Amino acid sequence: MEYAIVFLPLLGSIISGFFGKRIGIYLSQILSSSLVLISGFFSLFIFYQVFNEGYYSNKLIFNWISSGNFNVNWSIYIDPLTSVMLVVVSIISSIIHFYSIGYMSHDPHKTRFMAYLSLFTFAMLTLVTADNFLQLFFGWEGVGLCSYLLIGFWYKKPSANAAAIKAFIVNRVGDFGFAIGIFLIFLFYGTVNYNEVFQQTPSIVQKEIIFLGIQFNLLTLICFMLFIGAMGKSAQILLHTWLPDAMEGPTPVSALIHAATMVTAGVFLLVRCSPLFEYSETALNIVATIGMITAFFAASVALVQNDIKKIIAYSTCSQLGYMFFAVGIGAYHVAIFHLFTHAFFKALLFLGSGCVIHAFKDEQDIRLMGGVWKKLPYSYALMIIGTLALTGFPLLSGYYSKDAIIEFAYLKGNTIGYYACAVGIITALLTAFYSWRLIFKTFHGKYNNKKENISSIHESPYMMLIPSAFLAAGAIFVGISFKEMFIGENNTDFWNNSILFLNSFHHTYPPTWLVMTTPIIVTLSIPISYYLFLINEKILKDIVAKNQSLYNFLLNKWYFDEFYNLIFVRTIKKIGLFLWKKGDINTIDRFGPDGMSRLVKNISNKVVNFQSGYLYHYAFVMLIGFSILLTYFILY
Amino acid sequence: MNFPILSAIIFIPLIGALFILITGGNPKNVEKNSKNVAIFSSLANFLLSLFLWFVFDKNISDFQFVEEKKWIDGFINFQIGVDGISILFILLTTFITPICIFSGIQSIKFKIKEFLIAILVMETLMLGVFCSLDLVIFYLFFEGGLIPMFLIIGIWGGPKRVYSAFKFFLFTLLGSVLMLVAIITIYWLTGTTDVIKLLDTRIPSEYQYLLWLGFFTSFAVKMPMWPVHTWLPDAHVEAPTAGSVILAAILLKMAGYGFIRFSLGLFPVASDYFTPFVFTLSIIAIIYTSLVALMQEDMKKLIAYSSVAHMGFVTIGIFSLVKQGLEGSIIQMMSHGLVSAALFLCVGVVYDRYHSRMISSYGGIINIMPKYAFVFMIFTLAALGLPGTSGFVGEFLVLVGVFQKNIIVAVLASLGIIFAAAYMLWLYRRVIFGRLTNSEIKDMKDLNNIELYIFASLVFLILFFGFYPEPLLNTLDVSINNLIENYNTNLNFHIAKSNN
Repeated sequence: MEYAIVFLPLLGSIISGFFGKRIGIYLSQILSSSLVLISGFFSLFIFYQVFNEGYYSNKLIFNWISSGNFNVNWSIYIDPLTSVMLVVVSIISSIIHFYSIGYMSHDPHKTRFMAYLSLFTFAMLTLVTADNFLQLFFGWEGVGLCSYLLIGFWYKKPSANAAAIKAFIVNRVGDFGFAIGIFLIFLFYGTVNYNEVFQQTPSIVQKEIIFLGIQFNLLTLICFMLFIGAMGKSAQILLHTWLPDAMEGPTPVSALIHAATMVTAGVFLLVRCSPLFEYSETALNIVATIGMITAFFAASVALVQNDIKKIIAYSTCSQLGYMFFAVGIGAYHVAIFHLFTHAFFKALLFLGSGCVIHAFKDEQDIRLMGGVWKKLPYSYALMIIGTLALTGFPLLSGYYSKDAIIEFAYLKGNTIGYYACAVGIITALLTAFYSWRLIFKTFHGKYNNKKENISSIHESPYMMLIPSAFLAAGAIFVGISFKEMFIGENNTDFWNNSILFLNSFHHTYPPTWLVMTTPIIVTLSIPISYYLFLINEKILKDIVAKNQSLYNFLLNKWYFDEFYNLIFVRTIKKIGLFLWKKGDINTIDRFGPDGMSRLVKNISNKVVNFQSGYLYHYAFVMLIGFSILLTYFILY
Repeated sequence: MNFPILSAIIFIPLIGALFILITGGNPKNVEKNSKNVAIFSSLANFLLSLFLWFVFDKNISDFQFVEEKKWIDGFINFQIGVDGISILFILLTTFITPICIFSGIQSIKFKIKEFLIAILVMETLMLGVFCSLDLVIFYLFFEGGLIPMFLIIGIWGGPKRVYSAFKFFLFTLLGSVLMLVAIITIYWLTGTTDVIKLLDTRIPSEYQYLLWLGFFTSFAVKMPMWPVHTWLPDAHVEAPTAGSVILAAILLKMAGYGFIRFSLGLFPVASDYFTPFVFTLSIIAIIYTSLVALMQEDMKKLIAYSSVAHMGFVTIGIFSLVKQGLEGSIIQMMSHGLVSAALFLCVGVVYDRYHSRMISSYGGIINIMPKYAFVFMIFTLAALGLPGTSGFVGEFLVLVGVFQKNIIVAVLASLGIIFAAAYMLWLYRRVIFGRLTNSEIKDMKDLNNIELYIFASLVFLILFFGFYPEPLLNTLDVSINNLIENYNTNLNFHIAKSNN
């Protein structure tokens, strides 16, 4: 069964990729979607077994690399953590497969799209089922590749191509750190298998090493390097710039890869490595800090963006920040719980926005929408559910997971915990504002689109709505249903040994005011945003006019892209050009082979002059030679 | 076994070349016959070398299938043999040569008979390099390889072929002379040029440094290492596709093989002493040429520069003297042999159709050549070392190995994997993606069947060894262990001696 879960999507990918045109486009779409769905059912079954019987397995597929003591296998490893990820990946992936059949109905390259989606699912599954760091790395780069291919799916658009390359290269920067982490692990543990590494960890806690001339605690350094990889994949601040651009890809891709699954791989990695992180207070603090900054930064940028998908992308970035600081304060299970609920409601938001974009014939600017909630009742309902869940409206999924993060931050009881708690609450407020701004601008107010007549706006086909409805159900119910199991009193029954908790929490129960704060803020924000964004827009306009520079700062995403462009892209191109023109051509060649041949030519030209043909020249040279010889003999 | 299988493998191509030479009559028949002979002899040779791999005993560290013929009494013996390291290079050579022949048949328009002879002679010489167990024989094969390559560039090359051919010749000649001097010195010191005997002889450490440098110069030029790499881009640009393929896939590997077999085997003290020097040059090569590759406008030059960067990984892997590093560098050479061959063939495909190597001439090719776009993508990914391709296995093992020896070198080299992604993906984007803007290329045909089979075989091997490199690692295992053990005992012997 484990084999089926992992390899059915690959089979689907191969069939629709190579034989799609031959067996018929429709059939291949249905086939690849069904194969992923079967894989989803099997995952649910495994999840049930893990939950019920404490099922655990580690199946060896075959040996990958063995060189000396470096031994790595292809394997399928099932533990509670993996089983959760299996469900998230395969279930959401199958829903999005079916949705794509509707969404891509006008695209000429349907089979290619399906092949990429299934290939992505396969890569993601190999990532979560790895029992060693190298297979994890394989899946890690594999999902990166699929993300690259899917962002650049519409290869005729230059912006899509640029975004695809950017995504790949920024991720490579993260992977560079990740790889160094793996090297360090191998160097000091002599293995890259999880179990062996985790077992040995307590014995090397105190070890210090010199790395690039600076003394580090070994474990902190390893954790930090792994974290750089996680930052790249999960779009944390500094390495986040690729995620908003990745919205150039088709919307189902944004839902699956850039919201629900791939970007959460970083969180998965950190939780998987909890047996390492738990021993390094410093590393955890770094994670928490980066997570907090990201959560706040991305939410602030999302406030002023106008592209519907970019708003949701920044929102994803911000929610990932929540997951990271949850990890940073040692609440791994809460991070995974938020990952789990977030996958449903964020994918839902993307699919809902996909319906809107579809209805507006590929328009993404929310300033050019508005007033269509009656025309698009189902999409509207989907988006409302998604938004409520995202903002943490009581009783929906996001409420349970996000509030849990804020509460656990408080429970932590140290400085960083309190900071995290405060940032969590502020960001929740910002989240509510930008989410409702999106809803009101898109569905309420005046109809602002000049290209399309309002009468031509139609609801999306059922092929898109029904899969989204499943996600909506998830967004409503998964929080309440899985709360006890994931983060309840007896959560260790479920997690078993897959997560290590060493650091205890300072408080046992959060105070009542804290439990009440966020839901109240979130609920109040709805009427406030309604007032600000619809009834009285003048207030906001005044604020913007007074703080023009702040507004531009946010609108331009804190100028990260411009900064990187200046520092890295242009500088590197200049250096490359300099090395080529000045280094290779003007130095090495000039003084090397070209210089050599010029020298030979010059010398031979000069030597030619000696052979003048005049007798007295020759006689003169002979005379000089003779006198030198004579002098030599006389002196010695 | 009494059948001289190694001699057969070495000389079958030469015999094929002789057959082609003596064919005569109607020009059309001559052309057809020579093509058939070339294809037949190179394929037969490939099968024979597969058989050799099959009967090769992976559990013995000694040289196998050793043959010895007296040539000049007491001085040079024609001695050949293989171990787990050289057998992989033989396989690479016999696999790539038929591909070159197929490619040549497709794209070479004149003097096809002579071209095939040159390729086959080339194959014999390259196989000789990997089999020879006598320094003089090695030298003859190693330098002999220059001549057919020189001709291939000089006759069938592009407009600036003469400049390139001479540049190639000048650089390599410089190294060769020094290596010859070193070989003569070794004979003068030890009284033999027999490699098996020399591996057990301890060459006095005070001589090792200069001898090492003599060999190093020659290998560094062929590798090529920075700063003696500038002949490679020019040679590639002017060489016909088949020439580029041989050059990148096999000729460069002779130097890597030489480092492993001779520099490490004969001069451990000097190798140990010069390791930081090699590391420095390799790191410069990786970073410097990656940056230069980024800015290239000519597809072949870009790939040539990327080859230099990839070879940087090979040299640091070899001199890490750690098992993972050495095995990784050999896997990297095999992988680069397949990938660079494939990339040059890819350039050849569009060059045959439109006669331009400039990136700016193309763009949007995916619209008209989807199959081509697909295989090109796989090769691009292999070149940037994506896990699941052979390129990853090589690079990763090298880095794992080097990391144990020197962390800073490994970290700097790892930067290369970021740059590789940048220049390869940017190349791919500019050539393949986008709209079809150049109206002259819109009639280009997608891959024909022969091209498709060639690419399919390369794709298969690159992916196969990416997921399951065990057949290669298995073959190497014992020989590499033996190499490292010899190196260490030899080194310790000298250290003990100098301490006394």
